Amino acid sequence: MDVAWFVVLSAFIFAIGAAGVLTRRSPLVILLCLELMLNAGNLALIAFSRMLGNQDGQVFALIVMVVAACEVVIGLGIIVAMYRRRLPIDIDQMNELRG
Amino acid sequence: MIFEQLLFFVAGLGALAGAMGVVLIRNPFYSVLSLVVHLIALAVLFLLLHAEFIAAAQVVVYAGAVMVLYVFVVAYVGGSDEPLGPEGGTLGRIGPLFAAALFVELAIAVVGSSLDALGSTGPDVGASFGSPGEIGRLLLTKFLLPFEAASFLLLIAAVGAVVLARKRRGLDVDDEQVPTLSVTDVLREEGAR
Repeated sequence: MDVAWFVVLSAFIFAIGAAGVLTRRSPLVILLCLELMLNAGNLALIAFSRMLGNQDGQVFALIVMVVAACEVVIGLGIIVAMYRRRLPIDIDQMNELRG
Repeated sequence: MIFEQLLFFVAGLGALAGAMGVVLIRNPFYSVLSLVVHLIALAVLFLLLHAEFIAAAQVVVYAGAVMVLYVFVVAYVGGSDEPLGPEGGTLGRIGPLFAAALFVELAIAVVGSSLDALGSTGPDVGASFGSPGEIGRLLLTKFLLPFEAASFLLLIAAVGAVVLARKRRGLDVDDEQVPTLSVTDVLREEGAR
């Protein structure tokens, strides 16, 4: 398969994830859509790593997975803390940081 | 060769369907399960790109550990169905348009780039390309500093999650108090409201 197929597929997945981040209202689903975008980036990294015959991109993808895991842990921790304080789990009402 | 193309289209369609499911399904629980499908299809794509170790890590770490965390939190918070579409405000309407524009822009950037190698399958690589041994050697030699930084990041995230989810004293007594609707409330000490 040509590498371009993989890169276009990754662009498509990234756009779907961006649409989800913009349209969904539940913070849980927004975190899921962020995962989609990170995974699209991973796919592009690995496709280019294959294109160049160089494994550096794969190591970079591994580090991206570590960062994604950290982001998930903190995001879910915040959501659980919000739930315990009986704050509404709705992104539209979390606007204190808007300034 | 034909088998490879068939596998690419099956896995690619699976990945796309999973991604669409995450965005379009209203119940967060089914969104999580849809993301699991997406991640496994991506692991197949990684295998097609000779990234065996990344594919295995994707299945074990992502589809295994991280998604279990998601399922637990969705079950705990009780993911309720949410309305889709125009109720999301202006951004809910122009969001898909923005995403379509983003995809067109990215596709133009890919197709318009004069990278000749994009139209090829890449150079021939040996069987050890992307194997755990090779990735481990790179992580411990060329990328030692990012490797250590990632381990520190994981440690900080674990400590942060414990701090965030810790049960504070006096948490359940202030039922009658009107909660301030803020994400920063979870970071604040209880008495400081």
